[in-house]
Amino acid sequence: MTDKLTKTGAAVGEPVDTGKSAPSEAFLDVRDLKIHFPTDDGLVKSVDGLSFQLEKGKTLGIVGESGSGKSVTSLGIMGLHTVGQYGRQKAKISGEIWLNGRELLSADPEEVRKMRGREMAMIFQDPLSAMHPYYSVGNQIVEAYRIHHDVDKKTAKKRAVELLDRVGIPEPAKRFDNYPHEFSGGMRQRAMIAMALVNNPELLIADEPTTALDVTVQAQILDLMRDLQKEFGSAVVIITHDLGVVAELADDILVMYGGRCVERGPAESVFYEPQHPYTWGLLGSMPRIDREQTDRLIPVKGNPPSLINVPSGCAFNPRCPYADVPKGGITRTQRPELALVGERHHSACHMPQEERTRIWTEEIAPKL
Amino acid sequence: MLAYIIRRLFAVVVMLLVVTLVTLSIFFLIPKMTGSDPAAMFVGKQADPASIEAVRQKLGLDEPLLVQFWHFVSGIFVGRDYTGGGDTIHCAAPCFGYSFRSEQDVWSMLIDAFPVTLSMVLGAAVLWLVLGVSTGVVSALKRGTIVDRTAMITALAGVSLPIFFTAMLAMLVFRTQLKWVDATYVPITESFGGWFGGLLLPWVTLAFLYAAMYARLTRATMLEVLGEDYIRTARAKGLPESVVLGKHAMRSTMTPILTIFGMDLGALVGGAILTETAFSLHGLGALAIRGVSERDLPLILAVTLITATCVVVANLIVDLLYAVIDPRVRLA
Amino acid sequence: MLKSSQRRIAAGALLAAATMVVTTACGGGSGDGGGKGAGAPGFNAGVNKVANVSDKKGGELKFIGSQDADFWDPQRGYYGFMWDFARYYTRQLVTFKAAPGAASTELVPDLATDTGKVSADGLTYTFTLKDGVTWEDGKPITSKDIKYGIERVWAQDVLSGGPIYLQQVLDPKGEYKGPYKDTTTDKLGLKAIETPDDKTIVFKLPAANGDFLQMLAMPAASPVRQDKDTKAKYTLKPFSSGPYKWQSYTPNKSLKLVRNDKWDAKTDNVRKALPDTISVAFTTNADDMDNRLVEGEYDVDINATGIGSAARQKVLQQHKGNVDNPQTGFIRYAVFPQTVIPNIECRKAIIYAADSKSLQTARGGPQAGGDIASNMLPPAIKGADPKADPYNKLGGAPDLAKAKEALKKCGKPNGFKTTIAVRNNKKIEIATAESLQQSLKAVGIDAQIDQFDGAQTSGIIGSPKVVKDKGYGIIIMGWGADFPTGQGFLQPLVDGRFILQSGNNNFSELNDKAINGLFDKALKETDPDKAGEIYKQINTKVSEAAVYLPFTHEKNIIWRSSRLTNVYTADAYNGRYDYASLGVVK
Repeated sequence: MTDKLTKTGAAVGEPVDTGKSAPSEAFLDVRDLKIHFPTDDGLVKSVDGLSFQLEKGKTLGIVGESGSGKSVTSLGIMGLHTVGQYGRQKAKISGEIWLNGRELLSADPEEVRKMRGREMAMIFQDPLSAMHPYYSVGNQIVEAYRIHHDVDKKTAKKRAVELLDRVGIPEPAKRFDNYPHEFSGGMRQRAMIAMALVNNPELLIADEPTTALDVTVQAQILDLMRDLQKEFGSAVVIITHDLGVVAELADDILVMYGGRCVERGPAESVFYEPQHPYTWGLLGSMPRIDREQTDRLIPVKGNPPSLINVPSGCAFNPRCPYADVPKGGITRTQRPELALVGERHHSACHMPQEERTRIWTEEIAPKL
Repeated sequence: MLAYIIRRLFAVVVMLLVVTLVTLSIFFLIPKMTGSDPAAMFVGKQADPASIEAVRQKLGLDEPLLVQFWHFVSGIFVGRDYTGGGDTIHCAAPCFGYSFRSEQDVWSMLIDAFPVTLSMVLGAAVLWLVLGVSTGVVSALKRGTIVDRTAMITALAGVSLPIFFTAMLAMLVFRTQLKWVDATYVPITESFGGWFGGLLLPWVTLAFLYAAMYARLTRATMLEVLGEDYIRTARAKGLPESVVLGKHAMRSTMTPILTIFGMDLGALVGGAILTETAFSLHGLGALAIRGVSERDLPLILAVTLITATCVVVANLIVDLLYAVIDPRVRLA
Repeated sequence: MLKSSQRRIAAGALLAAATMVVTTACGGGSGDGGGKGAGAPGFNAGVNKVANVSDKKGGELKFIGSQDADFWDPQRGYYGFMWDFARYYTRQLVTFKAAPGAASTELVPDLATDTGKVSADGLTYTFTLKDGVTWEDGKPITSKDIKYGIERVWAQDVLSGGPIYLQQVLDPKGEYKGPYKDTTTDKLGLKAIETPDDKTIVFKLPAANGDFLQMLAMPAASPVRQDKDTKAKYTLKPFSSGPYKWQSYTPNKSLKLVRNDKWDAKTDNVRKALPDTISVAFTTNADDMDNRLVEGEYDVDINATGIGSAARQKVLQQHKGNVDNPQTGFIRYAVFPQTVIPNIECRKAIIYAADSKSLQTARGGPQAGGDIASNMLPPAIKGADPKADPYNKLGGAPDLAKAKEALKKCGKPNGFKTTIAVRNNKKIEIATAESLQQSLKAVGIDAQIDQFDGAQTSGIIGSPKVVKDKGYGIIIMGWGADFPTGQGFLQPLVDGRFILQSGNNNFSELNDKAINGLFDKALKETDPDKAGEIYKQINTKVSEAAVYLPFTHEKNIIWRSSRLTNVYTADAYNGRYDYASLGVVK
């Protein structure tokens, strides 16, 4: 059944459905975002109707497999699907993205460009390839600062060194002149974070910030990000396929599957009372340090859905272990909508909620 | 860095000595293998064996290979005398040999030819670099459009048409029909206008070929670079697209192009034979052709050396330049 | 010629097709080849007659060439065009008459007052020098200067490259060692030449040679002044005795001559000296050279190698009035080494089976290739009879019946196998060989073609041993005379005493006592007409021996710019224009 969505004061709320152009009161408000890429094979619906809200000082974790549309979403917020697409077919983007009271998709691209790096910044997955190999690390941070601040090089350098110091790079003044390849992986990610924070952005998007790093360094970087968020007070969107990362940082969790949100809610709620078989699968495939390691690590079976020919019903249906559970007259071609299943907790599944709660508590949770 | 340069320069010298020795060896062995005789080539149709022998002595061809080698190398530093038949010809240092075919010392021939080749190659290089790179960039940015396709088809034509054909076509159109230029070389010291007018067609022709190659290379590199993560980072920082392209993308795009540019330049200085022949430019390429067709050993040897020098020096410069451009490269 | 409007249409159409055709019309309007000019008096206007007769002086005569001279030093040059050009800055005792066609082969006095007094035994030649003949610095040319110049021929180890006929005739035993090793104080130690005073020079030959005057007419017999002799470097700046002197020269690039104001026209009946300056530009692109000639940028191809195939068609169609088509005095032929094909009937079979018409076509057709030749003396040489046709080749068609009959007599009625040797660097010769191969097939003669390194000619086909080892039954070659007499043309080819172990030209190794004897007789004859009769007999005997299959009397297509005056081709210079007579309208 579909509950009427109600607005709450929490970090993640439901989009306001009162007329499209009404300015949002939420700090970040994404409404019915669709990002489609025309290709020779057909229209790739990478993001197909995504909505969420985020307040300042809060962290949202977007999780999902590769190809679920989480990175496309983050680039979409940054407005990076519309610049530098030389000779490629233009992405079709619809919906609304409100940041701090301003709608980005309809804004002048030059205005959005000026907001990039200053009001919203991004940390990328692989800091080695994400930094220009021919410019020194310091140089690249200075560049990020000076494009938004009319200051001389000396001031900018001072600021850059300060940031390098803050993200925990030893001897920052000396390291300033080093090139990316002269940094270790962890140091590079720290520098990348420094570069993103140099302009005090209010929104920070981190796209798989720790995936390229080894485990101990991962933990350090996550600690650093948590500290920095406290200090800077930014809103943070962290994109990852790793629920462990989200568990460390996120206030709220949004699970994406096939370009759509299948479950979202407060972190504890999603972690301890997940209401979607895909979320169960994700939790099942997650190694847990706090439990005895067994061989029961079960990945989600099957392949991610094609984004060109999206199944008309539940996108997860082909991989769903509970596809055969009776659903009370709902046909296969009907798409499940997000429905409230707990406090601020929504899930999109045709199975009756009682059945889901039963499966989770009886069949899944004990094995984890 | 300095130690590296010194070591490389030493290698260059060794390589040039080897080139000299090999070239000399070829001319030492040819008479033995084919039964022909370079000395006989210098003497007339009716020459008697005594005259041939005398010329052989004068050329030093009767000496063992290593002695010839020594004479050549020492001649570069202290000059050399050729004596025979009651006549002595002095070839002053730097003596790269004496062409008995044209009765000139080879060094003065090289000095004469070098500015011609240099003018032609450098002029063409400027043209093709500007033309090729800008076409490639525009093509990459307009990928898939009619502009891109037109540019790439033109480039394909440029790469595949033989230079002799484009040269004759250029002369037909610009000299014969339009009468814009007369395509006759004039040294820059005599008249800048004449020099410019005389070299315009060779520049355009040579540049057409190379610009085509550079356009294709630039386009491919640019497209690859535009897909790099750091370009996305640059945009995410809020840099305007002009800076993203002009600074971040161009710097990476130009690196492989400059490498090839250096090599091409080095190779062309000694080897723009077809262009020089087509436009009747009396440069190093023309000297090479002459040396071979007239079996002029000293000339061939000197041109081979100059060409080899240009190529290895260009290589060295490219390597040094590369280290400057790309901080990841360490010279050791 | 086309009318101007037709030309414009033609040019327009060609311009439209410019991307397809490299050489095309020289553009609307200047179809007569170079704007204002004396005009184009028509095809072959300069052959056997003088085109644009004029005595007008001044202007610059502009030569262009794709090949520099081997040497400009008069004693060292051997290229034909150099001998023609050398008359601008050298004079000889006697030289060729300034007249068109065959008349040019007559020798007339130059520095000497007459063509010499010859003793009855033909061994002594005495010349007296004209008054007023001078060097470019105004000093008189003396008999000693002439002797010194000739002596330089002996210094082959320093001054290599030139013809050595004078050395062979005056000092056959090689007793003199040349002026640079001469121990006498005046360096005039050559005994065969005497200079009793500055005006008189006496040559004493050990044996008579009817062509001695021809040798004295070569640039190798030019005077050189001892104090101006720069030895090997003389080629870069010869000291002038003619109407022009060296102004600047860069080998393979450019040459410029200016008037020698010390030259006195009254002493010279041969050189007209019309232009004020003479320039030569050397190019490396022969096709472009043809275009520039047609465009009127230059006047004459100094090499006179003929218009290249790229431009030939266009020139013959649109600018025929600017073209001359003279004979070059060369015969293109196949020769049969007797060591490989000893049986005369087998050789005759080849001659009969050959298709002269297709051989002519392979050479480039009647204009670019030349007339079909039926015997081995070019028309310009005394004693020649172009109509003599013992094997019926002038008809053009092969005579297969006679060829088969000859094969039967040879004892090989079904044909035989042999090899055709051809230079690999001469495209036309390869085409000729293929044509011959084709027609020989008709009678069962199976000829394989072997392309040898053209640069190694003297070591390969010039060596009788190599020819025999490789089984070369047929060799494709060409020959032109150093001087236009039967001796100059035929003797190296057919006199048995000229067979050499290397650098041989008597490829057939013909060694017939009767022929050798006739040469001796002809050499003693100082009357050119009488000598001609003897060469005619020799030529007949050569035909009878069936060792040569002549293809063509070579012809050339040469460009005559509309600016040129006083233009005619001279047989004495292989059908080139007589350069010394040329003038230009300003």
